[in-house]
Amino acid sequence: MSQQGYVATPPYSQAQPGMGGYPAGFGSTPAQPLYRHYGGPPQSFPAPPTGMMKPVSSPSGMPPPQVPSHYGSNGQQNGAHPQSYPAPPYGQPPQSPYHSMAHQGPPPAQQLTNQMGAMNLGYGPGPMQSPQVPPTSPPTQQPFQTAPPPAMGHSPLGPPPTGPHSSQMAPPQSPLAGPPMAGPQSMGGPPPMGGMGRPFPGPPPPGAGGFQQPGPGAAGPPGHPQQLQGQFGGQMAGPGMAGPGMAGPGMAGPFQGGAAQMAGPPQKKLDPDSIPSTTQVIEDDQAKRGGQVYTTNLRGQVPPLVTTDYTVQDQGNASPRFMRCTTYSFPCTADLAKQCQVPLATIIKPFATVPKNETPMYVVNHGETGPIRCNRCKAYMCPYMQFMDGGRRYQCGFCNCVNEVPPFYFQHLDHMGKRVDFYERPELSLGSYEFAATLDYCKNNKPASPPAYIFMIDVSYANIKSGLVRLVCDELKTLLDNLPREDGAESSMVKVGFVTYNKILHFYNVKSALAQPQMMVVSDTAEMFVPLLDGFLVNFQESRAVINNLLDQIPDMFADTNESETVFAPVIQAGVEALKAAECSGKLFIFHSSIPTAEAPGKLKNRDDKKLINTEKEKTLFQPQKAVYEQLSKDCVSQGCSVDLFLFPSQYVDIATMGDVATHTGGSIFKYSNFQVERDGQHFLSDLRKDVEKAIGFDAIMRVRTSTGFRATDFFGAIHMNNTTDVEMAAVDCDKAVTVEFKHDDTLSEETGALMQCALLYTTISGQRRLRIHNLSLNCSAQLSELYKSCETDALINFFTKSAYRAMLNQPLKTVRENLVNQAAHMLACYRKNCASPSAASQLILPDAMKVFPVYLNSLLKTGPLVGSAELSTDDRAHQRLSTTAMGVEDTQLLLYPRLIPLHNMDVASDVVPTPVRCSEERLTDAGMFLLENGCSLFLWLGQACPPELIQSIFNVPSLAHVPVDLRSLPELDNPQSKKLRSIVDSLLDQRPSSMKLLIVKQKDRSEIMFRQHLVEDKGLHGGASYMDFLCYVHREIRQVLT
Amino acid sequence: MATYQEFIQQNEDRDGVRFSWNLWPSSRLEATRLVVPVSCLFTPLKERPDLPPVQYEPVLCSRANCKAVLNPLCQVDYRAKIWACNFCFQRNPFPPSYAGISDVNQPAELMPQFSTIEYVVQRGPPTPLIFLYVVDTCLEEEDLQALKESLQMSLSLLPPNALVGLITFGRMVQVHELSCEAIAKSYVFRGTKELSSKQIQEMLGLTNPAASGPQGRPVAPQDPAVTCRFLQPVHKVDMNLTDLLGELQRDPWPVPQGKRPLRSTGIALSIAVGLLEGTFPNTGARVMMFTGGPPTQGPGMVVGDELKTPIRSWHDITKDNARHLKKATKYYEALANRAAVNGHSIDIYACALDQTGLLEMKCLSNLTGGHIAMGDSFNTSLFKQTFQRVFSKDYNGEFCMAFGGTLEVKMSRELKVSGAIGPCVSLNAKGPCISENEVGVGGTTQWKICSLSPSTTLAMYFEVVNQHNAPIPQGGRGAVQFVTQYQHSNTQKRIRVTTVARNWADAQSQIQHIESSFDQEASAVIMARLGVFRAESEEGPDVLRWLDRQLIRLCQKFGQFNKDDPTSFKLSESLSLYPQFMFHLRRSPFLQVFNNSPDECSYYRHHFVRQDLTQSLIMIQPILYSYSFHGPPEPVLLDSGSILPDRILLMDTFFQLVIYHGETIAQWRKAGYQEQPEYENFKHLLVAPLDDAQEILQNRFPMPRYIDTEHGGSQARFLLSKVNPSQTHNNLYSWGQETGAPILTDDVSLQVFMDHLKKLAVSSAA
Repeated sequence: MSQQGYVATPPYSQAQPGMGGYPAGFGSTPAQPLYRHYGGPPQSFPAPPTGMMKPVSSPSGMPPPQVPSHYGSNGQQNGAHPQSYPAPPYGQPPQSPYHSMAHQGPPPAQQLTNQMGAMNLGYGPGPMQSPQVPPTSPPTQQPFQTAPPPAMGHSPLGPPPTGPHSSQMAPPQSPLAGPPMAGPQSMGGPPPMGGMGRPFPGPPPPGAGGFQQPGPGAAGPPGHPQQLQGQFGGQMAGPGMAGPGMAGPGMAGPFQGGAAQMAGPPQKKLDPDSIPSTTQVIEDDQAKRGGQVYTTNLRGQVPPLVTTDYTVQDQGNASPRFMRCTTYSFPCTADLAKQCQVPLATIIKPFATVPKNETPMYVVNHGETGPIRCNRCKAYMCPYMQFMDGGRRYQCGFCNCVNEVPPFYFQHLDHMGKRVDFYERPELSLGSYEFAATLDYCKNNKPASPPAYIFMIDVSYANIKSGLVRLVCDELKTLLDNLPREDGAESSMVKVGFVTYNKILHFYNVKSALAQPQMMVVSDTAEMFVPLLDGFLVNFQESRAVINNLLDQIPDMFADTNESETVFAPVIQAGVEALKAAECSGKLFIFHSSIPTAEAPGKLKNRDDKKLINTEKEKTLFQPQKAVYEQLSKDCVSQGCSVDLFLFPSQYVDIATMGDVATHTGGSIFKYSNFQVERDGQHFLSDLRKDVEKAIGFDAIMRVRTSTGFRATDFFGAIHMNNTTDVEMAAVDCDKAVTVEFKHDDTLSEETGALMQCALLYTTISGQRRLRIHNLSLNCSAQLSELYKSCETDALINFFTKSAYRAMLNQPLKTVRENLVNQAAHMLACYRKNCASPSAASQLILPDAMKVFPVYLNSLLKTGPLVGSAELSTDDRAHQRLSTTAMGVEDTQLLLYPRLIPLHNMDVASDVVPTPVRCSEERLTDAGMFLLENGCSLFLWLGQACPPELIQSIFNVPSLAHVPVDLRSLPELDNPQSKKLRSIVDSLLDQRPSSMKLLIVKQKDRSEIMFRQHLVEDKGLHGGASYMDFLCYVHREIRQVLT
Repeated sequence: MATYQEFIQQNEDRDGVRFSWNLWPSSRLEATRLVVPVSCLFTPLKERPDLPPVQYEPVLCSRANCKAVLNPLCQVDYRAKIWACNFCFQRNPFPPSYAGISDVNQPAELMPQFSTIEYVVQRGPPTPLIFLYVVDTCLEEEDLQALKESLQMSLSLLPPNALVGLITFGRMVQVHELSCEAIAKSYVFRGTKELSSKQIQEMLGLTNPAASGPQGRPVAPQDPAVTCRFLQPVHKVDMNLTDLLGELQRDPWPVPQGKRPLRSTGIALSIAVGLLEGTFPNTGARVMMFTGGPPTQGPGMVVGDELKTPIRSWHDITKDNARHLKKATKYYEALANRAAVNGHSIDIYACALDQTGLLEMKCLSNLTGGHIAMGDSFNTSLFKQTFQRVFSKDYNGEFCMAFGGTLEVKMSRELKVSGAIGPCVSLNAKGPCISENEVGVGGTTQWKICSLSPSTTLAMYFEVVNQHNAPIPQGGRGAVQFVTQYQHSNTQKRIRVTTVARNWADAQSQIQHIESSFDQEASAVIMARLGVFRAESEEGPDVLRWLDRQLIRLCQKFGQFNKDDPTSFKLSESLSLYPQFMFHLRRSPFLQVFNNSPDECSYYRHHFVRQDLTQSLIMIQPILYSYSFHGPPEPVLLDSGSILPDRILLMDTFFQLVIYHGETIAQWRKAGYQEQPEYENFKHLLVAPLDDAQEILQNRFPMPRYIDTEHGGSQARFLLSKVNPSQTHNNLYSWGQETGAPILTDDVSLQVFMDHLKKLAVSSAA
């Protein structure tokens, strides 16, 4: 559709010399750290003018007030706007939105002006849908005056009356023209400066000037209108098309929120609305494809976004829930692939949860001989096998080998060459299905046994004191009733076992025949072994009495312990040995408190050295201590023993090492720093419940087969690889994804496309051996534009995240960050060069499918692991790094672009979650209440001016000041607001793989810092550019590439 | 003067001492010519119901290297209140508490009838007895059940304040904690990994790192009973322990076809030793190990777990084919020595049809005074009663066991001690009276006997050092003092002092006297112990040859004969039985390995070197009683001639008790005559040996194997192999007599043996 794609605000990029000043104008932190990350020349950042600082340091200081109010009103109006003007944009110049962002006109400053104009003026109620309008309607105030009524009507929250607006309208200009001008100045350089200066004080003249530009600009790329439709139309959906274009719906929140704070500097921030908005993209996709059925019958079809709510109908390709690619159209040649630098990767989540309304997995049984496979490449029977010779033979779609059809499988072909039983056999008609595996697929040719869950509880002083041990023991009594079971099975076949430990290990015999449990202590941690066989792993139902007895006693038994040292590696070793002895696979749930310092294998010492940060050696902080743990991972994987680690540290525990085994065995790491039962108990328990109950397969081995011409070369995930092709996973659950990168071997043909088959051999929760097959077919094209068109930003960023997080083990962080930006720049530059229509170099042109890629990338660069700040705990960084390894696309998307949900104006009557707004401080309002979640944390942000009624209805306290900060869950109140909010929170928690702890954050409280870290469009608290700065930076990089 | 017989008996009754010679040759040269060394059998804790212990400390000679105890042989100057040590002649003042002493008011230890006296002394806090059960769980269900019951029963036999502990083993070793109430807790060790004592204690959580003093010397635990959770007073934990024993399961690890269960005996014992070493050093303790098979893994392994490789036999051993033998033996020896140093004894109760590795493990008991009991199954009365008898009590209702004994021997200057043979280890106490000529365990004047029973008997070997040209004055006496310190079963510390003296005699002028003072029974046992001791380290035939040589020399020395005329050979009464003892000793399982497995030999030898004289003699030459209608039961010759059709024989070999019904008797019995009232006398005849056997069974430890057989029965071999084969298939018809039963053997009979002996003794060539 779109050739050109998105063309973003050139002014910024164009004015390189002025760049330095720009960030200064916005951010409260000095510019240097920000740019240092990019490795850019420091010279480019002139010291921020003192004048600039003022507004920054006193956002609500003297000069700005008018402006905020000014914008505030705008905001409100804007907020109302979308609804009020769905139609106009279409009628008038469709370019308008386009202009606001993509005025390619030579004088960038003017374009900026235009945008400003658009913002300032275009939001009026009037029909001024586009920047072009301002000139025609010189009295700027007018629109405002007229606007309020409708605006008010639409946004009941907007308290400021119209009056002020109009009266303030003029004053604001001057402050803006003054100090804030530095921003534009720096960007636009001296010449535009003048232009810039004027538009504000006197909208009409500059506006006109600016206005002129759009014309030609629009004219430049002829296809603009259509492109617009193509690119934005979908996303913009109705309201989005409103006059202000991009700024449309997204504007509402931020502007209101920013009212007080935006002050002078926000002047620049007018532009954020004009740069691609993730929330907008998400919203548009939801609008376009949400609620629809996605039928996987076409090759190379781009699925809806992960955030979109859709239903999948499997018609020969795996659901995007299972496999999602960075692009659905592979370049035909390796050269092309190299040229565009777009990674070719698939994120496979083999056990992804399938909604109830979609068909569950069929199990195919081919009898004693096992699944039918290609003789040469061993691919499994799938829709890509071509039957021929009247059905007697079939040609493998992957290696083209012609195979005989086994007699029992023979079936006639119809006139289309399709087997008559096509629709009766899932393996012929579906993208995903399972085969029952035969003994050949079992370890030692012995039938697999049901897996076992072993709970290993650290009973050292710290865990006893924090109350954790009691909490876990109490919880297990009920939790174990919910062990995962086969669909339709009466009870779970999973066996359970219990170990407690500090410096030594205690195993428990909980055989049902016993009157009371027996404890067996193993002190020989140097060479771990399992002291008992019979009675260690038992069926919970049968041994319930003994187990409950045990769980009752454990907390008391160690109540007066003073043992503070722990071991760790021997604990895992013990688990592996236990599973080995029982000849089954399984999972270890380890509840651990401290760095293992006791004399035993895998003993660790504190190597947390903040001095290493930002040096060549920083990577060592993330490298696990090898030897013992490496071997342990191998042992675990070969036994099918997954390790889930629940950490309750009060200080450094070397997660980089401790988490190593978990991240190689398909396990997860949960961390609860300074755990307190009252505060973190619920959070932990819900994590534990989810973890215990979730669907999972064990002792898995995955192989990704591809059609000729390309092959899987690299794998990222909580996996272990013994060779280059077999992905071994001790366990794989519904949240674990493996990212697979492909490389060309040869030329791909457009005709046959690129086929892939992911086969996962695993043991089910009831001990059956199965093969889960996911097939996916992609297009191939010699045209790069095809590739760019069918890119998937969310998948891309997943790949980038994983590869960057892996690279940081071997390269200095600086290099990793540079490489990331470089590759991104190359990708975008390649598009510019090969796919976009010629345009001025100063224009930032982004492929439509990737237009929000920069914001994700920027967010990635600002994540803890990559940011390199001594203020972050090494453990947290390592934890985040490790947790990301097995994330699926949904998780990385949310992690890198949290959802910021405005609550103050939610519609309590409807059951939809309010539309999230952009993750930026500007979107916050004093009088607002926001929910922010990223899959790991959940914040409830309360603005200082949050209406007491709302506070009352949610918290049952009279005012903000009374809201307890240490509240861990929302009080259950019987009013619509409270109910609505709680249902939102619950639904969020339900959707995410891990539970999130609810943190109440009051505006301007100390705790707000944590919250602000997640406003990814803003400057990073620990370094890292704001979205807009980054965009400029990327643009500069692109230009460098292009020249 | 009473006969020597009476003298010997009287001495034995009073002092528990029997010397080979009751007159001592006065010079070294003469002594060596007597062939049988000056030596004695000494029973330190001989039961003396008539000897009440005195409640004060013994008075010691003040000379530093003497320290002999005041005794009836000392010269006392009542006026000066001074006594002279009869060993070193040091003159010592009496301690103040003896101020009232006079020739009419003598302390007990000066009275001649108190040549053996027992002191109760106060040394440190009383420490309870400790019993640590080490139980093999690789047993058949039935065996394990029986064993569990026996163990549970034994709890009621233990003194209530005794500490008890439990270690079980199979593939793993479990040390059970007994103090815990709610949940049965045990520490588990890998069965293949050797751990140092320190490691064991650390792993059991017995060391408190903070407690060790600045000098690095570990501070003794203040109250070990509290600190050690593994050893608890019986009265506190008997319920717990009974339950625990009741819940003991067979080793759960699967034993594949064709394999032996993995049994970590070596590690289990090392943990037991380590545990006691760390918690109760130098305190009386008994490790009681119950095993149903050979150690099959880890250090101390005797045989691999492959059933296709059988456990070593004598054949393998002589061929040097026993792979694990040396290593295992060395391992157990090291363990035994550690235990001995700390005064802990180790019992082995091995019940299995096949061998269990006693050969390798015997030193555990031999060096520590522990018992060995061997049986076919734990589910037999043999085991059950033997085990019960370990806890038998004496006339005072106290346990017939004592712990942590040290035996010190002091002697006159003319004597030196060469060594001891018995369940002891050397304490390496150096002194001037140690002979360079080591016999048995020598090189010391003190021995440790970790566990003593009233019958524990040591053979002590002495050497006369007086040179021939410096004769001892006529009428002089040599004296020997045995000082035995031990922990009584009632936890008292006691010292028993036995002081004996014998006259010196000039071997040239008084050879007849010396000859008549010969105690052939004691000598036979003493020589036999020497032989057995040698047999442990030497090849069987060498030992036999050596024994023969000694016998011939003795006969040459004391026999009356004309040179080269065997028929003229005569031995005096005091030596007349000695050759016969030697004949039977040569055929005994102590020296003959044929027909006995290595384990059996070890077992027999173990008991032989610790039993008192009477029992030892039975072992050498079993007793045979004959029951018939012709008169009351009578002892008969241990000869095939005694096996007659109309007799019932009762043979006691110590280890077996055989009742043999002669051919006719057996037929009668089969015909059921005993049931008929008119043949009541026959019934009585049948019952008589059973009653007598019962009496023996009552008192013997270990329980003998009880065999009831008849003519032609397969079990009759036990009898036939013991009797002197005076009639064999070779000579039966030439004798042409209708007495006795022929034995199918190529062994020589006593007659032939004696003929050869005579011939060799009179031979001038020898």
